[in-house]
Amino acid sequence: MKWRTIFSSKTMGDDEEVKVFGMWASPYSRRVELALKLKGIPYEYIEEDLSNKSALLIKHNPVHQKIPVLVHNGKSIPESLVILEYIDETWRNNPILLSQDPYDRAMARFWAKFIDEKILSTTRKVSFTTGKEQEHAIEEVTEQLKLLENEVKGKAYFGGEGIGYVDIVANFLVFWFGNLQEALGINIFSQHKFPFIFEWIQKQLKIDMVDESRIPKDKHLTYIRTRLAAFKSASK
Amino acid sequence: MADEDVVLLDFWPSPFGMRVRIALAEKEIKYEYKEEDLRNKTDLLLKMNPIHKKIPVLIHNGKPVCESLVQVQYIDEIWPHKSPLLPTDPYQRAIARFWGDFVDKKIYGLESGKVWTTKGEEQEAAKKEFIECLKLLEGELGNKAYFGGENLGYVDVVLVPFYSWFYAYEKCGNFSIETECPKLIAWAKRCMEKDSVSKSLPDQDKIYDYVLHLKKVFGIE
Repeated sequence: MKWRTIFSSKTMGDDEEVKVFGMWASPYSRRVELALKLKGIPYEYIEEDLSNKSALLIKHNPVHQKIPVLVHNGKSIPESLVILEYIDETWRNNPILLSQDPYDRAMARFWAKFIDEKILSTTRKVSFTTGKEQEHAIEEVTEQLKLLENEVKGKAYFGGEGIGYVDIVANFLVFWFGNLQEALGINIFSQHKFPFIFEWIQKQLKIDMVDESRIPKDKHLTYIRTRLAAFKSASK
Repeated sequence: MADEDVVLLDFWPSPFGMRVRIALAEKEIKYEYKEEDLRNKTDLLLKMNPIHKKIPVLIHNGKPVCESLVQVQYIDEIWPHKSPLLPTDPYQRAIARFWGDFVDKKIYGLESGKVWTTKGEEQEAAKKEFIECLKLLEGELGNKAYFGGENLGYVDVVLVPFYSWFYAYEKCGNFSIETECPKLIAWAKRCMEKDSVSKSLPDQDKIYDYVLHLKKVFGIE
């Protein structure tokens, strides 16, 4: 079942039409919505049922057929990191997500890739494996989180003076990751082990738009547990 | 430029390293090339890329930049006036970044390696997917001379290094990429007419010898 909601803090101009095809439990989808909300850009949100993808989604992302996709005045942009840079380059109001300095931009892109290609990728292994394989994945993601912890140590935000690109990409740590480990019954991520990331989370929660993008916890736990059960029975 | 110090830590067959070589050549930037022995990595490499310990590493005035797609964009932003690689329009930039990401996920990904590391059904499946991905890129190229339009752009720089590996893939996989994707091969040859590309890519025979060596080392038939 698909539903539409209009999120608007301003009246949508006649010449601006922004749509997001997303999925409520996806951290990739959430980061795009967060960026738009932080910039105060009104958009229409279209919830996708990933077991029954809409013809429109396939039309807007024929190559990967995945969410999220941003559609701006009919132009489709898939891949969340590509979308974030597009949002920042198109709407130049605050918060500016990426620094103007090429070296700082390179560092931000490096950490975003690290989060997606290492942390989130290993997290998938943690979710979908058991036994020794899962143990190894847990060790791996713990090491990766330690590297991220080191990067935010002594800083209010990953980027600079305010919320930016890497903070948005790391948003999965604010709600999503905690819910996941609770559903899995594991304890990778705690204030004791990662005090600096936890400090960063507390600062993030003080930002209205971040707090408002909270994933409904019970709904999320049920969703994860259902998915894991389905995966386990399919792989038997 | 007297005050620019540019060093590239690299490994000659690496397509990721080739991307950076091409970008620096396009911008006419002088740099020091340092060949790494990946079985015996230098202290400099480990210090400059402590997280991944991989090449290529671009060191600009002592500061390291890692990850080839990040490096190519950095080079484009530091030296914007010569041979701009990314367009100025945000949507065109998004399309370029999308296809750059596609090349990394689908052409350089683990699955495409199976074209030379496996045999039988697994290899056939890998070949099929590999060709399908190249065809998608052909579709994106369309009738343009380069992905960047009239000149080399970001996607050209990101994809063309792989051309040096095509011969090895064809020999191991027993197929012809040119037969399947003639437009893409025409594009690659067009890129190779530029010094920035031809001087940055090793000879296809050398890459094939390297692949045969890797197969021996890893016990792959």
